[in-house]
Amino acid sequence: MSLLTPERAEPAPPPPAGPRVDLRRLALGIAAPLLAVVVALAVASVALLVSGSNPLTVYARMLEEGTTLRSALITVNNAVPLYLSGLAVALGFRMGLFNIGVEGQYQLAALLAAAAGAAVVLPGPLHLLLVVLVAMAVGAAWAGVAAVLKTTRGVSEVISTIMLNVIAGGIAAYLLSTYLQERVEGSNNSRTPKLEASAQFPNLDPLLRAVGIEPPQGTRLGGFVLVAVVVGVLYWLLVSRSRFGFDLRATGLSPSASVASGVDATRMTIVTMLLSGAIAGLVGLPQLVGSSYSYGLDFTSGLGFTGIGVALLGRGSPVGVAVGALLFAFLERSSATLQRIDVPTEIYVIMQGSIVLSVVVAYESVRRIGVAQAERAVRRAVDPASAS
Amino acid sequence: MSTALKSPASTTDKRRRSLSVRPRTLALGAGLLLVLLSTVRVVSGADDITSSGTSGAALRLAVPIGLAGLGGLWAERAGIVNIGLEGMLILGTWFGAWAGFFYGPWVGVLAAIAAGALGGLLHALATVTFGVDHVVSGVSINLLGGGIARYLSSLAYGGDDRPPGSGQTQSPTVDALPSVSLPVLSSGPDLLGDLEDRGWFLLSDLAGILRGLTGDVSLITLLAVLLVPASFFVLWRTAFGLRLRAVGENPVAADSLGVAVYRLKYAAVIVSGALAGLGGAALVIGSIYREGQTGGRGFIGLAAVIFGNWRPGGLAAGAGLFGYADALALRSNDAVRGLLLFVALLLVVVAVRQALLRRIGLALTAVLIGAAFFLWYATVDSVPSQLVGFTPHLITLLVLAVASQRLRPPAADGLPYRRGQQT
Repeated sequence: MSLLTPERAEPAPPPPAGPRVDLRRLALGIAAPLLAVVVALAVASVALLVSGSNPLTVYARMLEEGTTLRSALITVNNAVPLYLSGLAVALGFRMGLFNIGVEGQYQLAALLAAAAGAAVVLPGPLHLLLVVLVAMAVGAAWAGVAAVLKTTRGVSEVISTIMLNVIAGGIAAYLLSTYLQERVEGSNNSRTPKLEASAQFPNLDPLLRAVGIEPPQGTRLGGFVLVAVVVGVLYWLLVSRSRFGFDLRATGLSPSASVASGVDATRMTIVTMLLSGAIAGLVGLPQLVGSSYSYGLDFTSGLGFTGIGVALLGRGSPVGVAVGALLFAFLERSSATLQRIDVPTEIYVIMQGSIVLSVVVAYESVRRIGVAQAERAVRRAVDPASAS
Repeated sequence: MSTALKSPASTTDKRRRSLSVRPRTLALGAGLLLVLLSTVRVVSGADDITSSGTSGAALRLAVPIGLAGLGGLWAERAGIVNIGLEGMLILGTWFGAWAGFFYGPWVGVLAAIAAGALGGLLHALATVTFGVDHVVSGVSINLLGGGIARYLSSLAYGGDDRPPGSGQTQSPTVDALPSVSLPVLSSGPDLLGDLEDRGWFLLSDLAGILRGLTGDVSLITLLAVLLVPASFFVLWRTAFGLRLRAVGENPVAADSLGVAVYRLKYAAVIVSGALAGLGGAALVIGSIYREGQTGGRGFIGLAAVIFGNWRPGGLAAGAGLFGYADALALRSNDAVRGLLLFVALLLVVVAVRQALLRRIGLALTAVLIGAAFFLWYATVDSVPSQLVGFTPHLITLLVLAVASQRLRPPAADGLPYRRGQQT
């Protein structure tokens, strides 16, 4: 829409004051996610009605199940890898880069970190640090392939990361079945050797007991949640409080303007992809150093794709991504026992999918309304006569 | 956050070498390939390289990829990137299997097409009407498509009264559609089969490949093959197709000439979804629905579009190549090992051509890589199946890395468009 577009005459509005517009935009900002959740609930209700169950009963059941202490701990544990995955994708988003390759990056990173951690013996924190660094390096390297293809050959990172996901999966399966699997006499289990205690991340149960919460039998609060918080703070510092972050956001908003103002687009693309890959490398670690202590064929998959949804919910802000990760983890956890009332557990996947789709539609609509408002305000400021 | 699926260089006006090929070059290339394949078969003794079983399987495996690719072609020609093909393919498999089991295979095909088209409608609504980024919408549709299929599976096949043979994550077997064979040559006297069994150099190889392509072909496969020239005809030889492609190249100009841009984009994306849905039906009719059975074929279809430079013929060649790689990997490890020799020979041919063109550096590189492949062939007994699995993806990456400067996507592919915008 341009300034030349004829605008319908409005009945003499007063010149808008700054705060009033801001209030309206704030309301719009809150309206978007709310609207999305309502639409998602409506879609899920239709799916539930199709299956012949009462949506209200199901939601009540989910709320009841999801708010127990045990569920809260599991929700936080499951949200941690989703959060890291979401941050990895979100970092690229801020620059207009689409890292769909988090899936392959974290699978390969977790496998090689598990193998490296099992191959050496080091004292306590050093051992753990090595595993973490190997994972970040592998994730960054795998994302770097897409970055180099984009900057030197002009290959879209959307297509290259999709292809690299499958290639990473193939390489991981091959390495796991040959060089990296634990040799056990008479058994053919495809997994890496178990990590020593020095490479295991302590859990936070002592901390919980210190504040008077007794974790239920068999449930622990993984320690990696602390790492996730640290990564979130670093992400915020990098994106919102650094020169690099300013260039990053500027490139995302207008590539041509930022290049004209002296931003090295090639360097930005490579550094952003490497950082995104390094965060992606961490995604498998909560499981690797927190609960399974080895990488096997049954290692959790799909976190990279779910992370894209989480990043879309969070719109690139570290707090928003955290809310998205917790929401996704909550939906999955709270629907875990629905089978008992004859409702398929998978209803949570439909909820996640429809929330993401309606959120992006809502955000885009709100952005357009905001742009239209701003244009109208500019027009009034430039030429008050034409607006009246 | 607009992500255009094209290389920056392709927007420049400099002249590039055209990628369209003349019929004579095509025939020459096909002949050369056949000679190389026959040589490899005779030397390595892996009969499956050109057997009718392999070429038949390659055709069957190429169909879902090709249909997803055609879907991608329709959408991208109208300027809409469709990453959601995978989700539409999944919807096609689930509804195709469900309706196919209860109401017969033909109803299954129709249900799959309708389900895919609904997915396409959703994508069009998000991208055209609401202006959401194409990749974002596509990714969400993949999430949603997978979720709906998992939920409905659990609902339809998870209970105690489920149909026999089904389970939480899979459907019962769907009846197959009738299949046809070329009379006399591939059935009846089966002259081609006779010729194939003799093991003659070149002749038997040609007979084997032809027999696989013409014998026992399911009607849905036949339909898919016919849709390639049909898509070409509609998109390049009708007024509707011209307008649709104009929308993908320059929507503002098209709009100024009175073309209904939104309506054409909607039509293209709905057809795109319908084709992907049909691709889903091709996977399940005569077989079953299984969770995760599409295995990224939607993405491979998209890769075939790029591989084929956004043209139906190139796309079909790409789908055929990927189908052949799949078929070999499925049927025989010997044949895959033989393929290493094939790659070595192919690189020698490339080296000779480059040497004739006085490009010595390129020629030497090709010879060196060819030698490495020959060494690999000579020293191993088999190629690990996990590595064979991603051959199509690796080929796609290589093609993009080598040829992305010469590929030409539609000029407005992936860009948002608002009615009334002026640039």
